[in-house]
Amino acid sequence: MVLAHKLALASDLVSADMVEATEFPHLTNRYQVQAVPLTVINETIRIEGAVPESLLVEKVLEAGT
Amino acid sequence: MPLLDDRVRKQVQDALAGITRPVKIVMFTQGEGGAIECEYCSETRELVEEVSQQSGKLSLEVLDFQADEARAREYGVDKIPAVVLLAGDGEPARHGVRLYGIPAGYEFSSLVEGLRMVGTGDVKLSDATRQALARLTKPVHLQVFVTPT
Repeated sequence: MVLAHKLALASDLVSADMVEATEFPHLTNRYQVQAVPLTVINETIRIEGAVPESLLVEKVLEAGT
Repeated sequence: MPLLDDRVRKQVQDALAGITRPVKIVMFTQGEGGAIECEYCSETRELVEEVSQQSGKLSLEVLDFQADEARAREYGVDKIPAVVLLAGDGEPARHGVRLYGIPAGYEFSSLVEGLRMVGTGDVKLSDATRQALARLTKPVHLQVFVTPT
């Protein structure tokens, strides 16, 4: 989670939400959260499990360029 | 009853000791303190109330999701409980660090680390990451689903 918040602090174009899965069942349903952590980028890109910085940044670039 | 015991309070104080600039915690609930305040909203509010007392650089503003709808929109808050961390020193505020749901268990450290980063400006990222972020041309929204344990 901290990594996503770091990216948000380093770029005005990035925002990052922690979402406590059990409190928002409509979202876990919508994004079909099976296991945590799950990172969803711009509604379309999904990354399951802990993500290394380089991979997360690659996906962020894919979504934001 | 305090949510944080002495040991955790000490850990939070230590973690936040290096903060040099003010940090504002904005918390959105609904019907503060009343019967309709959702369970996790009241717990989250009490948690950030306690956390905000652990450093003189922290301030807390509790807002109502319905009555303060315009503020919620300003911060991009679309559900509650929500916690937004803002640099409170007059810099252009970045609204991009949000936590939805109670930041308990493992995620408590995400809250504390978020406060530390905003309050110190110390955000450790590789040069490659910073160069990549500089190439962004469109907004990117990350949602990280977690559970408390």
